[in-house]
Amino acid sequence: MNARRTLLVARKEVTHVLRDPRSLFLVLLMPLAQMMFLGYGVNLDAKHIPLCIFDREGSQASRTLLSWFGASEYFSVVNVLRTYDESVAALDAGRCRMALVIPADFSREVNDKGKTSVQALVDATDDNHANLAIVYARAVLATYSEKLRLDYLGRRGFAHQLGPILTVETRTWFNEELENRNLVVPGVMVIVMAMVGALLTSLTIAREWEVGTMEQLISTPIKPMEIALGKLIPYFAIGLLDTALCAEIGVYWFNVPMRGSIVTLTLASSLFLVVALGSGFLYSAVTKSQFGATLVALLMTYMPSLLLSGFAFPISQMPFAVRFVTYFVPARYYVTILKGIFLKGVGLKSLAVPTLVLGLYAIVVMVQVTAILRKTVD
Amino acid sequence: MSHPGESIVAVRGLRRSFGSTKAVDGLSFDVSRGEIFGLVGPDGAGKTTVMRILAGVLTADSGSVEVAGCDVRRYPESVKSHISYMPQRFGLYENLSIDENIAFYAGLFGVSRRQREEVAARLLALTGLSRFRSRLAGKLSGGMKQKLALICALIHEPQLVLLDEPTTGVDPISRGELWHLLYELQAQAVTLLIATAYLEEAERCNELALIHQGRLLACDKPEHLKRRMAGEVLRLVTPDPRSARDYLAAAEGVRNCVLIGDGIRLVVDNAELRMPELRSLMLQTELRFSSFEQVSPTIEDLFVAGAAGLLQGAPQ
Ligand SMILES: Nc1ncnc2c1ncn2[C@@H]1O[C@H](COP(=O)(O)OP(=O)(O)OP(=O)(O)O)[C@@H](O)[C@H]1O
Ligand SMILES: [Mg+2]
Repeated sequence: MNARRTLLVARKEVTHVLRDPRSLFLVLLMPLAQMMFLGYGVNLDAKHIPLCIFDREGSQASRTLLSWFGASEYFSVVNVLRTYDESVAALDAGRCRMALVIPADFSREVNDKGKTSVQALVDATDDNHANLAIVYARAVLATYSEKLRLDYLGRRGFAHQLGPILTVETRTWFNEELENRNLVVPGVMVIVMAMVGALLTSLTIAREWEVGTMEQLISTPIKPMEIALGKLIPYFAIGLLDTALCAEIGVYWFNVPMRGSIVTLTLASSLFLVVALGSGFLYSAVTKSQFGATLVALLMTYMPSLLLSGFAFPISQMPFAVRFVTYFVPARYYVTILKGIFLKGVGLKSLAVPTLVLGLYAIVVMVQVTAILRKTVD
Repeated sequence: MSHPGESIVAVRGLRRSFGSTKAVDGLSFDVSRGEIFGLVGPDGAGKTTVMRILAGVLTADSGSVEVAGCDVRRYPESVKSHISYMPQRFGLYENLSIDENIAFYAGLFGVSRRQREEVAARLLALTGLSRFRSRLAGKLSGGMKQKLALICALIHEPQLVLLDEPTTGVDPISRGELWHLLYELQAQAVTLLIATAYLEEAERCNELALIHQGRLLACDKPEHLKRRMAGEVLRLVTPDPRSARDYLAAAEGVRNCVLIGDGIRLVVDNAELRMPELRSLMLQTELRFSSFEQVSPTIEDLFVAGAAGLLQGAPQ
């Protein structure tokens, strides 16, 4: 290792970035655009679930119940249907996520037996949303039956001001408003960092192979590690800048709370960046072309960090085999850490495990980088 | 430092294949210190492959390669600080200026600031690039790029310089200037190994290795090579060279017959004897010709002869 040669490469790389508008674009505009695009585009929100209604009875009572669903901000009644088949068809066609069927003897059962049931057909292709829809529907029904009970007691002369004896109140911790963006923004940050990191390094190495400067470079006494580190240093700095940029957008634009410490954020992001930048080296060393490296980098970062990091789809609900795979997706740990920092405000102590795993990945990737960076053209 | 005659490059039985292509197929040659050695061959002959192996940036399949006292196959890195390699493709950074490129390469070789400034100033003046020091390399002409590449290759004052087709795509004036610089280097006891497909350029070298399909056809001084040619060369200028070639190729005493430029070149066993015979043969046909004469062989003739097995004492 020769520090002077490493710094020479680093300085040259900075000059390249400053003189090449395309890399500046990649460095600053892409994270920004991605944050905006994904921040608005990815919708995990469970509000206003499209609901279809098939009211077999059409009584005063059934209409009241349905109006409760309509008034709830969790549901939007999109269609009132007249047959059971229509309800199934509406679900199949994706016009609604839930179809609520009120039986023909609804009010009679309520009056006679004091209990009845309604049928909810749920589209479970997205089990996340399906679960939420069921939970919300139960909540609406529970409140409604509570009211029925109170009305009944009231009619029997019991004091109206008794009020509900017991209510179920679901509190979602750490993300009280179940705000979509609070969950999305840390996840998007992970995707952006993974992608930008891998692209930055893979492009710089692949470009040198493609343009022919690599052949000249490897004919000098420079060591592979010096090339790798020399290229890593400036892009690492740029990557941290991008992390800050993403975090600022998250906090100031999307109003995501920032409850943890900047130091923890910086440390975890540094580790993740080394992993992302290092894998960029690997992709470019293998493909040796800018196009190939970009393609591989996008494929290897975007998809896993979107699908397997646990940001869009909860890992606990994945099939075993897929869950097993997620352990090899570094983004998974970064998502955990970011959610911890932003939403829970927990410190390094609680995040020790994912942080250590990320550190381990950083080491593994860098070892691979030095092994794969050969100073030959073949 | 320089001991004339002592070899600085020794290649023995070198082989390298790419898939089924035998790019270098059992090559052996020596380069003596202080000479300008030409590696001559047509496109695809294997010149670049040899240069890359010598520079330690490509691995060989078999054979031995010793450069500047280092076993390149075993310790490819050890050779890199003593020599320099100028790839066939321009290998400098287009968005760095002349000065920045020089400083970068000087730094990689651990050249002191003083040496860098001295050598750069001298070479820039010699190549007429002094005025353009802050110009980006990408904004230079082809000839200027090659001069800059050569300067970067020379900044650490190597003993041996490997130049892969340094004058391809360079205008004749710049080519002359580049050669001026190369002679200057030779005067300072730097050994130059130049790969070239230009045969007129090959004549400027002290020693030549003619390579064809990865094999050595001959290796000698240009003037010796000419003497080794089995036969004498006749040049016939005609408006219909193809027919003339087809007609004369089978004639008695003609060993080889190829189209070159506006005529054909024939290798015959005895020019004095065959000239009148061939002339009368031509006159018996419709074929017209404007001149028919004996010429001294060029490198190109040697090449053609070598490929046809007409070089005496060629290495096996
Ligand atoms: N990296 C490679 N992969 C596959 N084939 C190669 C590679 N490098 C060279 N070859 C093949 O090996 C042969 C020799 O190539 P080489 O580049 O050494 O020739 P050259 O004499 O330098 O030719 P040119 O004058 O075109 O530069 C050619 O047939 C070429 O196609
Ligand atoms: Mg070549």
